[in-house]
Amino acid sequence: MQLSREELLRAYRAMRIIRDFEERLHDEFATGEIPGFVHLYAGEEASAVGVCQHLTDVDVIASTHRGHGHCIAKGCDVSAMMKEIYGRRDGLCGGKGGSMHIADLSLGMLGANGIVGGGPPLICGAALTAKTLKTGGVAIAFVGDGGSNQGTTLEAYNLASVWRLPAIFVVEDNGYAESTAAAWSVSGSQSQRAAGFGMPATEVDGHDFFAVHEAAGSAIARARAGDGPSLLHVRLNRYFGHFEGDACTYRAPGEVEKLRAEKDALAQFRRRVTEAGLLDAAALDAIDRESAAMIEAAVADAKAAAEPGEADLLTDVYASY
Amino acid sequence: MSHKSFRQAIFEALRQEMQRDPRVILMGEDVAGGRGAPGEQDAWGGPLGVTKGLFPEFGPERVLDTPITESAFIGAAAGAAATGLRPVADLMFIDFMGVCFDQIMNQAAKFRYMFGGKATTPLVIRTMYGAGLRAASQHSQCLYPLFTHIPGLKVVIPSSPYDAKGLMIQAIRDDDPVIFCEHKAMYDIQEEVPDEAYTIPFGEANFTREGRDVTIVALGRMVMFANQAADMLAKEGISASVLDPRTTSPLDRDSILESVAETGRLVVVDEAHPRCNMATDIAALVAEEVFDALKAPIRKVTPPHTPVPFSAALEDRYIPSPEKITAAARAVMQHARALA
Repeated sequence: MQLSREELLRAYRAMRIIRDFEERLHDEFATGEIPGFVHLYAGEEASAVGVCQHLTDVDVIASTHRGHGHCIAKGCDVSAMMKEIYGRRDGLCGGKGGSMHIADLSLGMLGANGIVGGGPPLICGAALTAKTLKTGGVAIAFVGDGGSNQGTTLEAYNLASVWRLPAIFVVEDNGYAESTAAAWSVSGSQSQRAAGFGMPATEVDGHDFFAVHEAAGSAIARARAGDGPSLLHVRLNRYFGHFEGDACTYRAPGEVEKLRAEKDALAQFRRRVTEAGLLDAAALDAIDRESAAMIEAAVADAKAAAEPGEADLLTDVYASY
Repeated sequence: MSHKSFRQAIFEALRQEMQRDPRVILMGEDVAGGRGAPGEQDAWGGPLGVTKGLFPEFGPERVLDTPITESAFIGAAAGAAATGLRPVADLMFIDFMGVCFDQIMNQAAKFRYMFGGKATTPLVIRTMYGAGLRAASQHSQCLYPLFTHIPGLKVVIPSSPYDAKGLMIQAIRDDDPVIFCEHKAMYDIQEEVPDEAYTIPFGEANFTREGRDVTIVALGRMVMFANQAADMLAKEGISASVLDPRTTSPLDRDSILESVAETGRLVVVDEAHPRCNMATDIAALVAEEVFDALKAPIRKVTPPHTPVPFSAALEDRYIPSPEKITAAARAVMQHARALA
């Protein structure tokens, strides 16, 4: 699939913002100012963006613990996300969700999820809504290699297949479920599991935006055509720990440095598009500057923003009381 | 208006709401039944036939049989509710919450709060509870206190066909996740139920007996037993109020407190396991708020702290009975006399 100049710029911009957002959070978390648990997506950008570039607000995604990248790729407001992660009143969820529960239903972002494997059943429901109300939308569950072992995920594969739902399961396999290797914890293979439920599956290099984009495009087109669910097994790597503060002693010495040098999704993208003459370096540099300024402003705004007050504690539990 | 069973009342509520709003769908295991099988379609309408007849009227797009996969379809109902449908999911037995509670407790119940008030999840989960059918430990529990414990859920426990219809229609029209608990021994109970649609608001208790001497709070099937107890007590000259909260979340605290303030005596009947159940919750509420009005210690009538037994000889002793309720009411009356 040939992407237009605008589409290429959009993809690079989203990946760059995710990278800068996460690299900056890594630094800011170390200062102790960010509360709670934070799980960073740096290194995995091509997956979220390669998939979500095909989507509009009518399409729904459900994310994982490692959700910032999916939120940004789906169009969530970066400044409001940063405020949410700082626990501010003007955060995307009013400071009540935090990093693990960022959501914006108006954009079809059904939430990061604090429960591993929490999203796939929900996505069956979002896909059922699309099918029943004939919206033309699809629903996509991002799942990690850890989440791929949860019963909820396997049950969702079955239900999506039985109901022939417009659903796609994107297994983002970064090699580690927390500290435990996927090579040890996943029996069989992701593709074989999909085959067991009668779903087509594609394995794709998650450092390669173009490969993800093409594979996701096929799966999404299939779902939109009413031909049922499918699975993408995206192999990628995270640059940081499971959570911020993870010493990563389970990883090989020099592992991340080597990945950054040889496989980096943004570097690959830049090299591909400039060598092919699709984009010039100056256009990419301009996005780099724009992204850096955006993140700088988002952090400054978040730090300055007000915290929720006493009255906010009791609101938003029910739609009616 | 005509005589209808509890089963018919719920069926009628579902049917009228499905006719009114095309976004209302029904899903669950065997809610139609026979799907993909060589014999009859709509073979069951649920194991006790409550939804039989909806499949022929509304078709497979709105009456969705599921595989036996509670995690997936309860989660799907939550996801569908958050994205524009109004699903009624049938969790066949309340005991099966064990295999899908995450999707209820951590997902559906918390969307609105976690997402800063920007999600609505108009989901109803119908579920059968209660002992009495010799269904043993995994098909007889009253686990509604576990749902009541979770902020974000509403919990409905109808005690009559009339209430069942009005509360079900309210549940379907409500924009929050509602756990609708149906006692499996009550489906054939009959009374006058209006033909037209009507709603009963949540959080408004109903007095099924009015009395001066003692307040008996009871839920679900226990309301019938409490009524029988009140009628027996009346013959002894004891005037009992029977208060049915109808919903445990929200709970009509005011009606409970006002009634106890008048009678000065409280008996709480709960078929749920005795620790951390509605009886302890309501007893604590009364002790905290109207302690000075109490003329006697609060009495709880509950099963023992055991799983539900199978043998009829054991199960009949396990379930709170009208006689046990009567005895508890007599005890609080006698205590008051001792003081006087």
